[in-house]
Amino acid sequence: MHVRKREVFELRADADVVAVRQATRVWAVEQGLSLVDQTKLVTAASELARNTVIYGGGGTATLEAFDDLPRRGLRLIFEDRGPGIADIEKALQDGFTTGMGMGLGLGGSRRLVNDFNIESKPGEGTRVTIARWK
Amino acid sequence: MERIPILRMGTFLLVTIQVDMHDRLATALQDDLTTRIAEVGARGVLIDISSLEIVDSFIGRMLANIAGMARVLDAETVVVGMRPAVAITLVELGLSLTGVRTALSVEKGMAILQASQQHAFTIPELDAPENEETDDSTEHARSQT
Repeated sequence: MHVRKREVFELRADADVVAVRQATRVWAVEQGLSLVDQTKLVTAASELARNTVIYGGGGTATLEAFDDLPRRGLRLIFEDRGPGIADIEKALQDGFTTGMGMGLGLGGSRRLVNDFNIESKPGEGTRVTIARWK
Repeated sequence: MERIPILRMGTFLLVTIQVDMHDRLATALQDDLTTRIAEVGARGVLIDISSLEIVDSFIGRMLANIAGMARVLDAETVVVGMRPAVAITLVELGLSLTGVRTALSVEKGMAILQASQQHAFTIPELDAPENEETDDSTEHARSQT
């Protein structure tokens, strides 16, 4: 895999979620994603960045622009050292929420991207990786 | 703290969201709008989201909340100007904004609000008693006394 550029963003508060959203948009444009694909990826990034802040107690978002011809796109990795997710299958179901959300964040984000992977251990944290390519 | 301005036009309140809102700003708008509806006795709320590049589940919930609270306070809400890419994403995300009136443009949104006003004014006439025809016993008893 050829990663053209990579950058790590801190996710601590509301404003950081906005920063990750905006960076994702700029990078998605650079990678040549269509407007609909950009919008889907930015929306998924917003959901997952918020999860990292609210449920993970903060963490990081890593953006990677990759050129694996013919696949050219963007990979985003959200990591936290929060409480983790006990039942991942359940957490991916629409309507499941432990907090004040609508329970669409995880399952909804998965529908918006080409590739979705989640690793989590109770007590150790969560890592969600998503990718969208043209 | 920064706030999204709310304009008043007659009995309507107008909001144009022109910034990438962080969550607290969205929550503040929800609170401010609800307060203003009650303060001025607004009958309609128009929210222009044509500048919004995304609507995620948090913003979607805020729009649904505003429409719900406005309804309880006897005001109609119309959300206008959603971009096509945003609409596609929103539905795929799983949000259908049930209960939120939408229109393609500010002009069409205003027309909906104005029409709902005219409808509201006609209700007293529609509800006028037709006591001759009624077979409701209490109504009947009252007309005899």
